[in-house]
Amino acid sequence: MMTLRLYMAQRISALIMAPLVLMHIGVMIYAIQGGLSAAEILGRTQGSAFWFLFYGIFVIALSVHAAIGLRTVLSEWAGLRGSLLNGFSWAVLVLLLILGMQAVYGVTAT
Amino acid sequence: MIRGHQTHTIWIAFLLHRISGVALALFIPVHFWVLSHALTAPKTLDGFLHWTELGIVKFAEFGLVFLLSVHMFGGLRLMALEFLPWTSGQKTLAASAVAVSTLLAGLFLLKAI
Repeated sequence: MMTLRLYMAQRISALIMAPLVLMHIGVMIYAIQGGLSAAEILGRTQGSAFWFLFYGIFVIALSVHAAIGLRTVLSEWAGLRGSLLNGFSWAVLVLLLILGMQAVYGVTAT
Repeated sequence: MIRGHQTHTIWIAFLLHRISGVALALFIPVHFWVLSHALTAPKTLDGFLHWTELGIVKFAEFGLVFLLSVHMFGGLRLMALEFLPWTSGQKTLAASAVAVSTLLAGLFLLKAI
């Protein structure tokens, strides 16, 4: 079931991400030229407060958005309901937040 | 069985939004996990990045850029539909999302190869 709160969280997280996604695509097109390396990525992001905030906000919005999105798909297409559906959504949120923050730390920490 | 409404352009836009969303949700945990090696195990990350030099992987990346872009532009169309006054030409807008995304993913692929 999609409550108003979930519905709004899905839209707000999407609106937050729209400009971030555009910029992410721009960075990908720029950075892929000549191939990628760990040193090159770190050279751009390590120790940068800007990229920490950029990717940190991105990860939080994405985790919320993906958890609610998958919840909708599982509810509509797999008939999942109740605590199973809630449990799955929370698990997706927590997993993505942990993996995402590890990635943000990995590329921005010094 | 394909029902009547399932041949409608906007229904296909819905399906594309859903499939791209699920595909991105499956890809992103792997993406995060790979990047998390940057600080602690840069050699592992480099090994992975070396693998992405393969032509087939570059083509898969083209697909991912397309899915990300079409999910965003398609999603913006949906939110405009929900929150802003009705505008006609929804099919044109949905088709434009596909067109712009193909262009962006194509540009990415050209820079990648």
